[in-house]
Amino acid sequence: MGLNRSTLLAFLLIAALIAVPFAAPYIGGNYIITQATRVVIFGIVALSLDLLIGRSNLVSFGHAAYFGLGGYVVAIASFHLANDIPLLGWAGSNEALVVWPLAMLVSGLAALVVGALCLRTSGVYFIMITLAFAQMIYFIFVALKFYGGDDGLSMRSRNLFAGERITNATTFYWICLGALALCLLVQWRLIVSRFGRVLSGGAANERRMAAMGYSIYAYRLVAFVIAGMMAGLAGALYANLNRFASPDMMSWLLSGEFMVMVIMGGVASLFGPIIGAAVFLLVETSLSGATEHWQIFFGPFVLLIALYAPRGVWGLVRGGGK
Amino acid sequence: MTLALETIGLTKSFAALRASDAVSLQIEERESHALIGPNGAGKTTLIGQLTGEIIPDSGRVHLFGTDVTQWSVPRRALHGLGRSFQITQLCMSFTALDNVALAIQATQGHSFRFLADASKDKKLNDPARDVLARVGLADRATIEAQYLSHGERRQLELACALALGPRILVLDEPMAGMGPQESARMIEILQALRGEITILLVEHDMDAVFALADRISVLVNGTLIATDRPAAIRANEQVRAAYLGTEAH
Amino acid sequence: MQLLIEQLLNGLQLSLTLFLLAAGLTLVFGIMGVINLAHGSLYMLGAYAGASVAAKLGNPWMALPSALLASALVGIVMEYLIVRPLYARDHLAQVLATFGLILFFNGFIAWAVGRPPIMMDTPAALSGFIEILPGLPYPTYRLAVMGAGVCVALGLWYIIARTRLGMLIRAGSDKRDMVEALGVNIAVLFTLVFGLGALLAGLAGVMVAPIRSVQVGMGEQVLITTFVVIVVGGIGSIRGAFIGSLLIGMCDTLGRAYAPILLKLWLSGSIADGFGAALASIMIYLVMAIVLIVKPRGLFPVGG
Repeated sequence: MGLNRSTLLAFLLIAALIAVPFAAPYIGGNYIITQATRVVIFGIVALSLDLLIGRSNLVSFGHAAYFGLGGYVVAIASFHLANDIPLLGWAGSNEALVVWPLAMLVSGLAALVVGALCLRTSGVYFIMITLAFAQMIYFIFVALKFYGGDDGLSMRSRNLFAGERITNATTFYWICLGALALCLLVQWRLIVSRFGRVLSGGAANERRMAAMGYSIYAYRLVAFVIAGMMAGLAGALYANLNRFASPDMMSWLLSGEFMVMVIMGGVASLFGPIIGAAVFLLVETSLSGATEHWQIFFGPFVLLIALYAPRGVWGLVRGGGK
Repeated sequence: MTLALETIGLTKSFAALRASDAVSLQIEERESHALIGPNGAGKTTLIGQLTGEIIPDSGRVHLFGTDVTQWSVPRRALHGLGRSFQITQLCMSFTALDNVALAIQATQGHSFRFLADASKDKKLNDPARDVLARVGLADRATIEAQYLSHGERRQLELACALALGPRILVLDEPMAGMGPQESARMIEILQALRGEITILLVEHDMDAVFALADRISVLVNGTLIATDRPAAIRANEQVRAAYLGTEAH
Repeated sequence: MQLLIEQLLNGLQLSLTLFLLAAGLTLVFGIMGVINLAHGSLYMLGAYAGASVAAKLGNPWMALPSALLASALVGIVMEYLIVRPLYARDHLAQVLATFGLILFFNGFIAWAVGRPPIMMDTPAALSGFIEILPGLPYPTYRLAVMGAGVCVALGLWYIIARTRLGMLIRAGSDKRDMVEALGVNIAVLFTLVFGLGALLAGLAGVMVAPIRSVQVGMGEQVLITTFVVIVVGGIGSIRGAFIGSLLIGMCDTLGRAYAPILLKLWLSGSIADGFGAALASIMIYLVMAIVLIVKPRGLFPVGG
C-alpha cells in the first residue's frame, strides 16, 4: 500500500518535470520554465543536503556556501574571459563542460576543509560550526570587491555547452533536468552501496558502528564532500540561470531554506527533497506575490512543519510507521 | 601461552571517585572468564577501558600481546575484540540480517564502494545468515531490529559481535532484563562458544556465571579482590563478605 | 597607542554585548538541550522596543525598561508555546522551528515598523565624551554600556555561584530527577531560565541600539557571532561564554582595526585594503577553527 502510493508520487513528480516544457506554452511560457528550472536546481541542492541530514544524521546549516561557491566559480571564470584578465595565467572559460566540473571541484575542496574540521564535533556543535564557516565564506566574497563584493558578479552570457550557446530557456531546463537525473542516480546508488550502509549505520547507532570496527569520520567526510560537490553543480546552474552570482547565494538564510526544503519534502527519501523544493518555491512564490510581508505567514508555516510534520510530504504520503 | 587480554595497573578516576584502582587482570586464550561485583564496583568503567571508549588515567591494556592502550574503539574491534553492550546498541531501523551484514562488511576491508547494491551482496548476506543461525535467529532475518523482542535483540547483538570473527568477546550483562527462558537460551548459545573464543562475561545472574565461567574475577570499589576457579570463589570469605553474602540475604 | 587603547575599549564593549547574548544561549542549551536560533530575534526585539518607546515618549531612559519587559515577555510566551514541545525533539526540529520564528519576527518587524533602519538617541546625560587619558576622549555612553555589562556579568556570576536558582541551573538537565526531587517545578525553572536569557538578549539589543542602527536582520549576524563565542568557550559553560566573548570580541575589533595596517607592511596599498578587509571579517572564524583543532569541545568543555 504505502510503497504503491510513494511510487505513484515519484512517477507523478517525474512526469510533471518532463511535462513542463510541453505544457509551458499554454500556462505561462518562459516564466513557468524559469520557475521549474529553479525547482530542479534547488531540488539538486536539497537532494545533496539530504545525503547529510537524512542519511548521515549530520545537520549541516551551511550548505548554501557550497552552492554559492559553485556559482562564483562559473561567474569568475566568465568574468576573466570577458574582461581579458588572466587569472594566475588562466584566461578563464565560458565552456560548461570545463567550468561546471571546476565548480564541483572547488565546492568539494571547500567542503573537504570545512568538513574535516566540523566532523571532529557532533550534534549541536556541528550545526553551529557549519553555519559559522559558511558565514566565513560569505564574508570573504562580500569583501572581494574585485569580484563585485556585496553587489555580486554578473555574467555577460550563459556558458556554452559543448561549444553551443544555450539561448533558449527550454534547452537550459533540459540540461538542468539532466543534471538532476544524474544526481538522483548517483545518490540512489550511493545509499544502497556498502558506503551508504556505513553512513546510515552511523546515523542509526554510532557506538555500535565503532564496536564493529568502523571509523565513521572518514565516511562522513566523503559524504560531506560529495554533498558539497552536488551543491556546487547546482550553484553553477543557478548562476547560469540568473547570469549572476552574489553573496546572497551563500547567505545563512538560504542555508536555512535548503533545510526547510529537505524536511518539508521528507528526509531520507530520494524524491522527498525534490518535492520539498517544489512545494517550498510554490508556497514562497504565491505568498510573496500576495503580500510584501509574506514571512509573517511563512515563518509559522515552517514552525508548524517542524512541530507536526517532521516526516514531510513524503512521510505523509507513505503514511504509517516511522 | 599468550594472554588474550591483560591489564596492568589500570586506574581511572572520575572527580573524587576512583572507578578503577590499579586493576591487573589476566585472561588466557580460549578461557571463559566472568567479572562480577556489586553495583557501582566499576565494572562498566573497566569494560570501557578494555574496549577503548574510556581512556585510563594510568596503566596499560594488552590485547593478544599488543599494547592497545592508545588505540581507538574501531581499531581494537578490528584487532579481534567483539562486544555487546549493557544497553542494547543496534541499528534499530535495519533488519536483523543487515545489522549482521554490516559487521561482516567491516571485516572485508574498507567500505568505500559506491555503486553495487549491498543488500543483494552474497559476500555479505551468506556469512551473515550463518551467524544469525548460530545465535538462533535464522527465521528472524528480515525483521527490523526495532520489532524484535528484548531477548532477540540481545541475541542479535551477540551475532553482530560474532560476525567480526573476534578472538575475544566482551559481553556486558548479556542476560540483563531477560526472562528465565531467554536467559537459558542465551546460556546455551554461549556454552556452544565456550572454549572456541575467549569470553569475558560481566554478569549479575550468578547461575549464568557459574554455568559458564572457567574463572571468576571479583571487582569491589574499583579493586580486584579475587580471581579464581568458581568453586574457590564460592568459598572465598572475602568475596562472600563483599558480595555473595549480601546477595544471600 | 591612543588608537590601541580606544580599540581595546571598543573590543571590550563588543565582548560584553556578546557575553550577554552568549550567556542566555548557552544556559538555554546547557539546561534544556535546546538550540534556539531565535535568540537573535529577542536581541532585535529589545532594540526595537527600546528605540520605538524612546522615540514615542521622547525619553531615551524609557528605552531600557520597555526593552527588558518586551524581550522577557516575548521570551516567556515563546518558551511556553513553542520551545516547550521542542524539549523532547531532535536538534533538527529545534533548528527548523526556531528558524521559522526568525522569519516570523523579521516579517513582523518589517510590517510593524518598516524596513529602513531606525535610530535611537543617546540619553542626554550620557551623550558627551569623557577624557579617559589626557588627549583621549571616549564616548560616555560606551563607557556606561561597559559598566552595565560588567555589572550584569557579576550579577550573573553571583546568581549562578551563590543562589538556589543557580544551584538548580548548575545541576543541569541531566540531573532532572534530582532537581525534581528537591520539590522544584522543572517547567517553571525552564521558563524562568529562558525568560532570563531573553531578558539579557533584550538588554544587549537596547544597549547597542544608540551605537548601531536598529534594523531587521540585526539579530542574525550577532547570533552567528554568538555561536562562535559559545563554540569556542564550550557549550553550556558560563565561564566559557565569558572567556569566549572576550576572545572573539577582541579579535574581531582588533582584527578590523589592524589587519589592513599590518598587511600594508608586505603588500601594496589597495591590495592590502582588500585582503585586510577580508581577513578582518573572517578572523573570528579562524580563531574558532584553531580552537576546534586543539579542543573540539571548546575551551571549557561541559560534561563527558
